Amino acid sequence: MTSSYILSFVTFGYGLAGFLYLFCWVFHKPRFAILATLALAAAWLGNTASILLRWVESYQMGMGHAPLSNLFESLVFFAWTIALIGLFLEWRYRDRSLGVFTTPLAFLALAYASLSPGISDRIQPLIPALKSNWLIAHVITCFIGYASFAVAVGVSLMYLIRAGASVSPGSLPDRLPPAGLLDELNHRLVLFGLLFLTVGIITGAVWANQAWGRYWGWDPKETWSLITWFIYAALLHFRLMRGWHGKRIAYLAIAGFMAVLFTYFGVNLLPGLHSYGSMSAG
Amino acid sequence: MSEQAKAGGVLGMIWEFFASVRLTVILLLSLAATSVIGTLVPQNESPMAYQQAFGEFLYRLMAALDLFDMYRAWWFQLLIVLLALNIIVCSVERLTALSGILFVRHPVFKIARFQKAKNRQEFSVEAPAADLQARYMAALASQFGYRRVEPQGEGFVIFAEKWRWTRLGVYVVHLSIVVLLVGSLIGSIFGFEGYVNIPENESTDTIRLRFSNQPVTLPFTIRCDDFDVSFYESGAPKEYRSNLAILENGRTVLTKAIVVNDPLRYRGINIFQSSYGQVPHEHEDAEDAAPGEFRLKVTARDSGQAHTLSGAVGDRLNLPDGRGEILLREYVPHLNFGGQDLGPGLNLTLTQPGKEAQEIVLAMRFPNFDKMRGGEFLLAVEGAAPQRFRPGQDSGQRFYTGLQVTRDPGVPVVYAGFACMILGLLVTFFMSHQMVCVEVRVLGAACRVAVAGIANKNRLGMQQKIAQIADRLRAA
Repeated sequence: MTSSYILSFVTFGYGLAGFLYLFCWVFHKPRFAILATLALAAAWLGNTASILLRWVESYQMGMGHAPLSNLFESLVFFAWTIALIGLFLEWRYRDRSLGVFTTPLAFLALAYASLSPGISDRIQPLIPALKSNWLIAHVITCFIGYASFAVAVGVSLMYLIRAGASVSPGSLPDRLPPAGLLDELNHRLVLFGLLFLTVGIITGAVWANQAWGRYWGWDPKETWSLITWFIYAALLHFRLMRGWHGKRIAYLAIAGFMAVLFTYFGVNLLPGLHSYGSMSAG
Repeated sequence: MSEQAKAGGVLGMIWEFFASVRLTVILLLSLAATSVIGTLVPQNESPMAYQQAFGEFLYRLMAALDLFDMYRAWWFQLLIVLLALNIIVCSVERLTALSGILFVRHPVFKIARFQKAKNRQEFSVEAPAADLQARYMAALASQFGYRRVEPQGEGFVIFAEKWRWTRLGVYVVHLSIVVLLVGSLIGSIFGFEGYVNIPENESTDTIRLRFSNQPVTLPFTIRCDDFDVSFYESGAPKEYRSNLAILENGRTVLTKAIVVNDPLRYRGINIFQSSYGQVPHEHEDAEDAAPGEFRLKVTARDSGQAHTLSGAVGDRLNLPDGRGEILLREYVPHLNFGGQDLGPGLNLTLTQPGKEAQEIVLAMRFPNFDKMRGGEFLLAVEGAAPQRFRPGQDSGQRFYTGLQVTRDPGVPVVYAGFACMILGLLVTFFMSHQMVCVEVRVLGAACRVAVAGIANKNRLGMQQKIAQIADRLRAA
């Protein structure tokens, strides 16, 4: 499949961009950082093309569904969203050092998708439970949320480095954006992510009501998405009502993302294994 | 209400207790932490399965704490009720405190606050103050709905603001959570969730409730005219379809083919395609007849990939990717488990490369029976057939359709809560109450202009906005 072929280049592109960002930051070559941006933009365009092409291919194979139906496809979309947010932040805040911590996330998502033996990159037909228009709305909103939280982790790490005990002028941490900006950026990413996580949970609930007659069933995936929601809601209350800022918020954002990762991957390890097939076929 | 808090006394203390954000954060994190338990301990399984997994002592302890049905347990529900009370009390407190600045015709501006604002910008203009007043009022009109001029010395002050109402957004979000809880309460009191299996060409008006198994009589009869399952070439299911008819007083009032994701709704009751199976032969004793073929569902725990293997007693079935094989050793019509008859069961031997062979018992009626073993694969008997068959083929076999039948009058309320929450979050996260003050002092022939702004959120955004406004006023 051409789309999978393109993806191997895209993975390489994200890796290269991440390396270039890191190189320019460590060796203080801000002029070359434009190369990193170009690599990232090119890889993102390739990522876009591979998603569209996979969509076309699924029609050619007679299945015809949006490429958002399994773990592999969701990881590809996850990487796409992270790269898009990274490019947007770089353009908006005119700071290329942001890419050092966001681009590797897109690379990791794609590398995991293509290298993990448990993840099949084949285009599969939709099982009955997934045949719904809610699938697209649900997956897209969830993953925009997840990607914002992922980028927030990158920004939190930058904050922790930047606001470290001894930052001498001209040192590596000093070349990162100012701590105040990073803190504000972290906050906005969490707001954005929480909005989309909320819409993602709600579209999932409406879909579940459509398919199984109950909008909430406390299955592990649902429950873990709610746990994630609780953590980020607590973060916002700490920040807005109790005046928490900086490091404590950065640690909370990292903890929240751990819950996101568990919702995404860890739920499969739990004893109450939930697969879509078992719910539809009983 | 806030007088109660000031008045003291028991009510006042209770009010104070619920008016704290510390409580909110504690409740949110407690809900998050306790919710984890229910995802680690499978919920609503048979008591036998729990006894097998945890042993007698742990089983009793966990049962006493309602851990096997924890989301319905009194203590979990209590946490939710406490959160709802916390939200209501906090909202009432804040709204009473805010009402003075929220619901006013002529908002009060304190010029001292603008003079202290960090985003304050100043510049000088050589023009008469009266000219500037008209020009500045016009320049602010496009962005600020409310504008007011007050004379100050020889000069003037313009106060402008917009989006005062967005301060309410956060209360809409909080209220939406209460609405959601009310909706789910309505559902749990007036609704039900049940299931029914209807063989083709048969009808029924009685279903059984999930969990309790209580029978419920519907105000109409459901008839299954046909059931059909189709498969992809890979063998994965493509579509389950039931042709249903609704009968009232013996008359057909509605017919519909339902598939997963496209239920039938009639008189507030929803009928969903949920499962299917094969009707046992009538001439055989369904309880004791040994099936000829078993369909075994094998789910790899690490990847979640599921496969279905079929075979008869004595057959060896290969696990996917050469991960081992299963020997179907014996069929037991009455599986004895801890002194209880679990109905039909299957004895297997699982052989995996590099591991000792393992004897496994499956209770055919309990598809989650094997979960507790914690093995690399989760095994379940998906179906059993007296003779070899493929669903959809005409082998003289009759199918039954498994329907989920629900009624939930709380759904519109819950959906209203969803809508409120999304709108409220949009307003709360991305809009703020913005106030701007333009102060003009006359200094001889020139005027000194100061622009400053206050927003209840997003200070960085306000700073940029003030810079923009200052630029525009310089050009005006």
